[in-house]
Amino acid sequence: MVWSQGQSLGILPRKPQLSTLAVHELAVLALQPVNFAVHAAECVCLTGPSGAGKSMLLRAIADLIPHSGDARLDELDCSQMKPSQWRKQVGYLPAESHWWSERVGDHFVAADPDEFRQLGFEPQVLDWQVSRLSTGEKQRLALLRLLANQPHALLLDEPTASLDAANVGNAEALIHGYRQQHQAPVIWVSHDIAQIRRVADRVLRLDAGVVQEVTP
Amino acid sequence: MNVITLTPLDLILAGSLVVLLAILSIMMQLGVARRLLIAALRTTVQLMLIGLVLNTLFANVQLVWVSLLAMVMLLVAGREVMARQHRRFGGLWGYGLGTLSMFVSAFATTIFALLVIVGTDPWYAPQYAIPLLGMMLGNTMNGVSLALDRLTTSAWQQRGVIEARLTLGQEWRVAIGDITRESVRVGMIPIINAMAAAGIVSLPGMMTGQILSGTPPLEAVKYQILIMFMIAAGTGFATIAASWIGARRLFDERCRLRLDRLIQGKNQ
Repeated sequence: MVWSQGQSLGILPRKPQLSTLAVHELAVLALQPVNFAVHAAECVCLTGPSGAGKSMLLRAIADLIPHSGDARLDELDCSQMKPSQWRKQVGYLPAESHWWSERVGDHFVAADPDEFRQLGFEPQVLDWQVSRLSTGEKQRLALLRLLANQPHALLLDEPTASLDAANVGNAEALIHGYRQQHQAPVIWVSHDIAQIRRVADRVLRLDAGVVQEVTP
Repeated sequence: MNVITLTPLDLILAGSLVVLLAILSIMMQLGVARRLLIAALRTTVQLMLIGLVLNTLFANVQLVWVSLLAMVMLLVAGREVMARQHRRFGGLWGYGLGTLSMFVSAFATTIFALLVIVGTDPWYAPQYAIPLLGMMLGNTMNGVSLALDRLTTSAWQQRGVIEARLTLGQEWRVAIGDITRESVRVGMIPIINAMAAAGIVSLPGMMTGQILSGTPPLEAVKYQILIMFMIAAGTGFATIAASWIGARRLFDERCRLRLDRLIQGKNQ
C-alpha cells in the first residue's frame, strides 16, 4: 500500500490520474470478441452503420448487459470491482437521457457552476422541473450529471445528437476540457464526419460484428 | 347455539335467483350468463367438497392431514398469484417467489395466532387452523399478486430510468427503490382500506357468518378484529418479502437489470 500525502484530507482537488481503458476479448451476442485500448486523455470515435451494435458495445463496457471478456481501467478489471464502483468510474452517457425525480437538482451529486455556464445554464437550473426541459436541455444536463460523478473514463453515445450548432461546440469543448484535466480516456459514438474530424484522435469502425481501426 | 339448518330446498331457492339473473343477462346480451352459471356451479361443488373434507378432518384430528390440506391451499394460492401477473419471472421463480413469500408469512402468522393467541388444543385443531389459514392465504394472495404485478410492470416500463440510475453508480436497491416501495404500498392498500371501512361500510364476511350461526356479536367482533390484524400483518410481511426478493431477482450478480428473466403472462 502506498500512502500519498494529503490523501485523507479530502480538500485538495483530485489529482489527475493516468488511466487507460482497455477492452479484452469483449463479446456480446452477434459482436465478435473485441480488443482495443484507449489511453489517458485520448478520444476514440466509434462509428459504423445504425444497428451495428455501437450502443451495445458501450453498454457492455459499462457492464450493463451480460457479456464475455472483460474491460479494465488501469490495473482494475471490471469483473473484480463492485458494479456500482465500476460504473461511477467508467461514465456511460446513453443516447436518451432518463430522469426519475421532478426537480433537476435531485439528479446531481455535485454541481460545478463553471461547467453549467459552459453549456449555457445558470446554476438556478437545478431548481427547474424536469418536465419543462426540452430534448436538447435534457441532453446537455445529462452530460453535466455524468461529469458531476467525476468518472475516470467516458463512454459517450451520440452526446450532441439533439443540440444546435452552438451547443455542439460548447459540449465538445466541455468534454475536451474534462478529458485533458482528468486525463480521461473517451469513447465517443458519432455519425457526424465533421465532428469525428474535430474530436477524434483515432477512429474505430464497427460493422458486421467486427471492430476495425480506420483513418478519420 | 341456535343454528337454523338450511335444507337443500333453501339453497335451490337462493340458486333460482342466480338463474333468474342469468336469464336476464341473456336477454340483455351481456355475454356473462355462461360464466355466471359456471361460477355458481363451481362455488357449489368446491364448497361442498371442502365441507366434506373439513367434516372428515374434524373427525380425524391429525397433524399430517391438517398439514396436507394446508399445503394444497398454499399451492393453489401460489398458482393463482402466478396466473394474475402480466409479466412474471420465468422458470421456477415464477411460481416459487409468490408461494414462498406466502408460505413464510401466512403460515408464521397463523401458527403464531394458534399457539400464542387462541391457544387451541391441540394447536393444529382444524376447526381453527384451516379457516384462519384460509383467510390469511386468500388475503396475502391478493396482496402479493398485486405487488408483484406492479413491480414487474413498472420495472418494464421504467427500464430506462433504472438503467440510468445504475449508470450513475447507484446500487440496485436504490435504482429500483421507488418501484419496490410503490409495489409494497399497492399490495397493502386493500387490507388497509378494509380495516378502515370495517363495521361502517362493510360487515366482514367472517363476522357475519359467525353471527348468523348464533355467536354473540361481541364475540364475533373480537374474532374479526383478530383476523384483521393477522391479515394486515401477514399481507404486509408477505408483500414486503415478495417485492424485495422480486426486485433483487430483477438484477444479476453484476447488478445489471435483467428483464429477460420476465416472461409475458398467457392470459392477458
